[in-house]
Amino acid sequence: MTAFRLASGGSAIDRARRLSFSFDGRMVEAYAGDTIASALLAADIAVVGRSFKYHRPRGIWGAGVEEPNALIDVAGNRHGAPNTRATTEPARDGLITRSVNASPNAAADRNAFLDRFARFIPAAFYYKTFMWPDWHLFEPRIRAMAGLGSVDPDWKSVGPADQINKHCDVLVVGAGPAGLAAARSASDIGKSVILVDDQPHPGGSLLHRDAEIDGQPAANWIDGSIAALRQGGHLVLTSTTAFGIYDHNLIGLNQRHHDGRPDTLWRIRPGRIVLATGAIERPLPFANNDLPGILSADAALIYLRRYGVLVGRQIVVVTNNDSAHEVAAALAAAGAEVTLVDPRMDSRLTVSANIRRLGGRTVTTARGRMRVEGVTLDDGTSLPADCVVVSGGWTPTVHLFCQARGKLAWDESRAAFLPGDPVDGITVTGAAAGTVALSEVFADVAKAAFGVAGTSSPRSTGPEASGAIMPTWPRAGAKGRVWIDYQNDVTAKDVELAARENFISVEHLKRYTTLGMATDQGKTSNLAGLALMANITGRTVPEVGTTTYRPPFTPVPLTSFSGALGGELMAPVRRLPLENMHRAAGAVFQEYGGWLRPAHYGGADAEAAIQSEALGARRSVALFDGSTLGKIEVMGPKAAEFVDFIYYNTMSTLKPGRCRYGFMLSENGVVFDDGILIRLDEHRFIVSCSSSHVTAVHARLEEWRQDRFGRDAVYIHNATADMATLTVSGPKAKALVAALDLGVSLDDGELPHMAIASGIFGNEAVRVARVSFTGDRSYEISIRADRAEALWVVMQEAGKAFDAVTIGLEAMTLLRAEKGYIVIGKDTDGTTMPHDLGVDGPRQKRGTDYVGRRSLFTDVATAERRLQFVGLRVTDGEALLATGTHAIAKVEGSVRSQGFVTSSYQSPTLQRPIALALIERGASRHGETIDLQHLGILRRATITGPCAFDPTGERLNA
Amino acid sequence: MQLFPCPFCGPRPETEFHYNGEAGNIRPDGAQVSAECWAGYLYERSNPKGAAREIWVHATCQEFFVMERDTVTHQLAATQTPGFAEHAE
Repeated sequence: MTAFRLASGGSAIDRARRLSFSFDGRMVEAYAGDTIASALLAADIAVVGRSFKYHRPRGIWGAGVEEPNALIDVAGNRHGAPNTRATTEPARDGLITRSVNASPNAAADRNAFLDRFARFIPAAFYYKTFMWPDWHLFEPRIRAMAGLGSVDPDWKSVGPADQINKHCDVLVVGAGPAGLAAARSASDIGKSVILVDDQPHPGGSLLHRDAEIDGQPAANWIDGSIAALRQGGHLVLTSTTAFGIYDHNLIGLNQRHHDGRPDTLWRIRPGRIVLATGAIERPLPFANNDLPGILSADAALIYLRRYGVLVGRQIVVVTNNDSAHEVAAALAAAGAEVTLVDPRMDSRLTVSANIRRLGGRTVTTARGRMRVEGVTLDDGTSLPADCVVVSGGWTPTVHLFCQARGKLAWDESRAAFLPGDPVDGITVTGAAAGTVALSEVFADVAKAAFGVAGTSSPRSTGPEASGAIMPTWPRAGAKGRVWIDYQNDVTAKDVELAARENFISVEHLKRYTTLGMATDQGKTSNLAGLALMANITGRTVPEVGTTTYRPPFTPVPLTSFSGALGGELMAPVRRLPLENMHRAAGAVFQEYGGWLRPAHYGGADAEAAIQSEALGARRSVALFDGSTLGKIEVMGPKAAEFVDFIYYNTMSTLKPGRCRYGFMLSENGVVFDDGILIRLDEHRFIVSCSSSHVTAVHARLEEWRQDRFGRDAVYIHNATADMATLTVSGPKAKALVAALDLGVSLDDGELPHMAIASGIFGNEAVRVARVSFTGDRSYEISIRADRAEALWVVMQEAGKAFDAVTIGLEAMTLLRAEKGYIVIGKDTDGTTMPHDLGVDGPRQKRGTDYVGRRSLFTDVATAERRLQFVGLRVTDGEALLATGTHAIAKVEGSVRSQGFVTSSYQSPTLQRPIALALIERGASRHGETIDLQHLGILRRATITGPCAFDPTGERLNA
Repeated sequence: MQLFPCPFCGPRPETEFHYNGEAGNIRPDGAQVSAECWAGYLYERSNPKGAAREIWVHATCQEFFVMERDTVTHQLAATQTPGFAEHAE
């Protein structure tokens, strides 16, 4: 027994509330307020995980977000997560946790033998070895042996995460002495403040380091400051990590809750960001510095003061800076036998206050197998130890500053990268800016941002830390295995290997050795790695430089980013006003271009239902909900000129009350949309574009309006959702519409094909348009969306006398294919021009300019071998051609595509397969029989015109 | 996430906007435009590093406007409406 819980002490824990959780199947006792790590330490569980590559035993290193070793998988839906840091995970009663990358458990891992082969598997071993014949042969087994935690495939979120957007004047990251002082001074001058800290309690280093502020214990000052901020209406968020700064200083926060709720994501746009993010302690480079029982000096102090855990009984403290001296004193005072090794001290051995001081020397090797048993000094002295606490200096936490494009400046005296030139809207202060002594921190805060007259900054009246340090970096050629990146198993020798093989750029070093690429992102390791590279290559540390800092600072659960966006809410469908009626009628719904629409009605056999609907539509009359059709109104004095420019076809000659079919092109001449244009009067048109194109067409119309015609000349209103459009189509359509009694003359002289009339249903105006997408006589009746239900009921009722069928979109699509009517994007692709579809008139005749015109006369547009729109009639049996089947031709012995099938259906009316296709020179090849091929199956078909049914169009007026 | 100033709605997050091309790419009207000139209008972009004049649309209100911004630092210089002026003869 070495580490243990003291009989008293521990400001974070509540000794009255005991709890227990399991780790690797063993029950661990804890108190409320413990982290998993502090409880494991108190239970003297030294080995808490196995390393990524070599399966080395690893213990707890730190006490916060920097932890590289103590990763655990937590089970269960409420708190479950893989690769959680034991140092930031609260102990909870009944929690089930296990170590990562260890089987069956961390203490006895069957892959531990790998470490004995470590010399044969250095950095880049896999790149070099598993090249032949194929990496993918080896990958599954290697991946199974390497890696960290495992994902629970049955895990389900207990609910959607909240996402909150907020503004404030000042956002302070870090509630240590600098952050608290900055928040208070911002508050003093009337700024709105948000203060965030990743720990459950604000205070930062003041929670465990000796300090006295304004003559009182630091704890009082913390509580007073937090109370004052909350009283002032400011927001203090604890257990909340500022994980990223994004463009224009948007800052992302992830807040953890301790009640099982999913985390909350905050997106904050502050006027100013104060980064008081502190610093992270570095390890020292000596052989076997990764043994369990070797941990950060600051962490040892945290476990002592916050959790009442003494990390060992016989402790060696190794340091190159002053900050660990306070730790040595505290550990000795708590009853440990402490030896302090600091190369900067006088080499004479002195003993005072239970501390043996060894100066002028440092540790070269740690001994032990499953945990540290002692250390050897550079003079050969051997010291026994059950715990070694080390401090290799401090790395300012500059991640957020760098994410905001801040550049770093190397400070030789502090042996650290510090924030360089300031970034707009961002202030870095405290230990993150390299300031160590409390009085300097407070002075810095007062100066940095908010030191206006009338505010008083806190005064440090107690002991102060000093930043004095003797830089200590790994050296090339050192004996033994000196670990640099604990989490990714990178040693000093790996860095030397990278340098030998010329991977000397910091970005290459990172990727070749995986230094800093683990989940801890090298918080404790990066600087040592690049200092070593600098040493090997004869450069300075700043010449080697750092890799790019990217969000997130710590892993953020994907549930936070997704929030409520998932399932149906991921891409919400648009719904028809009559959806409930369609449902009652047994409609089977599908999403079409963002709209949820009836595909067909009833019947388990979809194909049979579609065939029967289509047949009914040809025999009697069909009712169809076409409410999604575009209804974009174009109005104004230049409306006619506008639609002429927008459409390929001349539209200004259209008479009021009439409709015309036309194409819209893109500027590259490709057909963008097709549809009906209705002219209501001299200066008012309705663009009835394809259902799925309404948003895009509207945007294009607005673009040309605002950018060419002027806002006063044309006005555009997208009224698509305002009105429902209910279609009546078929031989008995006229009779059915007559029965509706809409007050419209249905005489073909007054309401011919491609004309509109105004009618009335009840008290509501309706617009009746004789346009057809089926090839049969059709009437599209448009009515206010919220009155559509009554009309639909009457139409259904009236339809009974005419044997009417209600058809879904699938039957409608089939009917139009029989007629050879195109669907843009299905029967056309990104190269199809209007003359490929057989509409060449405007191209030949129009004298005025229109969108895409010039592109129709390029070499490509006038090339001979263009794909042209045709019909296909199969000549080898009754089987349908698969959509996408290629027409093929043998050219000089090899097979070449000559186009492809775009639509293919069984026609119930014709009782044979029909197909539409884009075929090379197709328009001039009608009657020719061609070969087709799909997935190895060869077919034959004859090229025909696109229209397979009623080619003379008699049924439009039948 | 960048904050773009819509001339009509004020500052809004960039996800509400669409890029609509380089400002000053004036359409050469007519059928007699040379192929080179037309290809330039359709496809040739300067893709500047640094100061750029671009047309953006605020998708939620359909306002098209010219925005001057820096493609490296993402600093915004100015926005103006309408872009129409560039096409008026």
